[in-house]
Amino acid sequence: MRRYFTRKLITYVVAFFVATTVDWAIPRLMPGNPVQLYLTKFSITTEAQYAAIQKLISASFGVNVPVWRQYLDFWDGVLHWNFGLSFYATEPVTHVVFQAVPYTLALLIPAITLSYFLGNRIGAMAARRKWLDNTVLPVGYLFQAAPYAWLALAMAYYLAVRYRWFPVDGGYNPGLIPGWNWTFVASLVQHWFLPFLTVFLVSFGGWAIGMRNLVIYELETDYARYLRSLGASQRLVRKYAYRNAVLPQLSGLALALGVVVGGNIVTEVVFQYPGLGHLIFLAISDEDYFLLQGIFMFIIVGVLLANFVIDIVYVIVDPRTRLSMQGAPA
Amino acid sequence: MSINTGPPSAAGDFAGGLSPGPIGSPILAQSVGVAGGAELAAVAPGAGGGSFGGGRRWEFLHFALRNPKLMLGLGVELIFVAVAIFGPLLAPYSPTYHGTPALHPSAQHIFGTTSPFGTDVFSQVLYGVRDSYVVGALGALFAGAVGLVVGFAAGYRGGLLDEILQLLTNVMICIPQLVLLIVISAYLTTRGVLFEGVFIGVTGWPWVARAVRAQTFTLRERDFVDLARLSGRRAVSIVVKDIAPNMASYIFLVFVLLFASSMLVAVNFDFLGLGPTNGLSLGDIMNQSTLWSALELHMWWWFIPPGAALTLMVLALYIANVGLDEVFNPKLRQT
Repeated sequence: MRRYFTRKLITYVVAFFVATTVDWAIPRLMPGNPVQLYLTKFSITTEAQYAAIQKLISASFGVNVPVWRQYLDFWDGVLHWNFGLSFYATEPVTHVVFQAVPYTLALLIPAITLSYFLGNRIGAMAARRKWLDNTVLPVGYLFQAAPYAWLALAMAYYLAVRYRWFPVDGGYNPGLIPGWNWTFVASLVQHWFLPFLTVFLVSFGGWAIGMRNLVIYELETDYARYLRSLGASQRLVRKYAYRNAVLPQLSGLALALGVVVGGNIVTEVVFQYPGLGHLIFLAISDEDYFLLQGIFMFIIVGVLLANFVIDIVYVIVDPRTRLSMQGAPA
Repeated sequence: MSINTGPPSAAGDFAGGLSPGPIGSPILAQSVGVAGGAELAAVAPGAGGGSFGGGRRWEFLHFALRNPKLMLGLGVELIFVAVAIFGPLLAPYSPTYHGTPALHPSAQHIFGTTSPFGTDVFSQVLYGVRDSYVVGALGALFAGAVGLVVGFAAGYRGGLLDEILQLLTNVMICIPQLVLLIVISAYLTTRGVLFEGVFIGVTGWPWVARAVRAQTFTLRERDFVDLARLSGRRAVSIVVKDIAPNMASYIFLVFVLLFASSMLVAVNFDFLGLGPTNGLSLGDIMNQSTLWSALELHMWWWFIPPGAALTLMVLALYIANVGLDEVFNPKLRQT
């Protein structure tokens, strides 16, 4: 157990280090120079003006010091949650990001957990009912094959633009004043539903198919046969099969996180949902590099935390990891 | 089965490696594992590279031709491949042709035209299929290559190298691929199709490495590998001639899936406007449709067909993959 967590923690620390370094290095390695790009936003007439403004911007970007200093400064910023100012919002990046984070979490947490639980349940059920198998499998594959961008566009068009069952863009009705009253909350939920459904559906199919296959596989194993030969009820055998099948699904969840986070970005862009994904899109189109750097670090930290939560759940679900904690041979 | 033989933690890692999540698909959670395992069982007695001999190949073909899933998936895929190759010849208009804007689908314009430039969406889709395939193939090739090398090295060598490569793999898994690609591409003003494919490949390999490592790990302990080692052959030669052939079907399935997942990553990426600046992929068409407010203008024919084409391309691969799995794996054949 201690070894398990030490290994995981080392991985996360290294991942954080690598991500921070990459985040710092990319703007410096790429051909486009952010300082030059930012200079084009000014109307400059003389060379003296150009030199003065360039010096000013270099200083405010912190690129007028040696590279190693820049790297240390960046770490200092990361550790203090300070990523500079966003050009687009003319506010500290951290403020802008914090406003967007709740929306993204509101999409991701329910979409991931619900698709995981429902997908596993339905998948396990499909492993024993032919009719369910014949519907869940093709539909699951279809949703898995559909790109997030396309599914989101199709939903936005048919359910929002054409039949007007749902609003199509934004996080809430812009005519309302944000506050904790029913009208506002209802508006929030209405705007939330379609992006949530998109992210949910794509993942759901994957979990259902994975669980179906795993349960069928577990039912063929020796322990399941032995249990049946002892005269155990079908229900009991299925219960054990399910418990064993959940473990690989849980490891799969950690692997799937990155994909879901990416899909969520695209979905938010389609629905102009004011989360991190939409913010990334704005940062790209405004060439707002500080904002982009800040969002990247936030997403990395979020994914690492989620991974850690999954590790803890894994220990709870898999008794073998707990046994090794109590001193039994692993 | 190999899944149950390892120590607990390895068992978790192993199974996890087989289910790369919603896109790479847990479809394979069982299927690939069983296919690999079953083949190990079937081939091990024959030992070594010779096991892939003539009779077996015909047997595969026999079952392949009688597998409806494989035939259906392959059939649909081949139609799209034909479109990718001959599409530009068949296209009624040039993808940059300017005609009457915002036309509904009709006999002249099967998928209507765009607005405000009036380009023919059908022709654009015919061109787009090619670029999407090229990016998918490049992505699969590079991700597969890196994943195989890392997986074989970690699984065969073991020890410190294994620890380092596993750490590298797990670190890569923690960094979302699409987010990394976005951050890198945002700084580039010109991006090629080639660049996109290579980058998707270079970031998409971790789950392959994990899965291949786990498979190599179980094969490394086999007698025929010990024998090869005793005969003094070099590690690379043992991996290529003794280990890889014994998981050939597994590797094949991994490539099929990588192909599908690379196309999916690319379409989402292109949709954000970060696609190739020298081409026109299916994702680019959807990107343009949102830039010109096709959604608000009710021009569904602009974004539904390109996405539907890509969905079919990926779906056909998934179905063919399930069929292939049944062909490779005798256990699944009867059912």
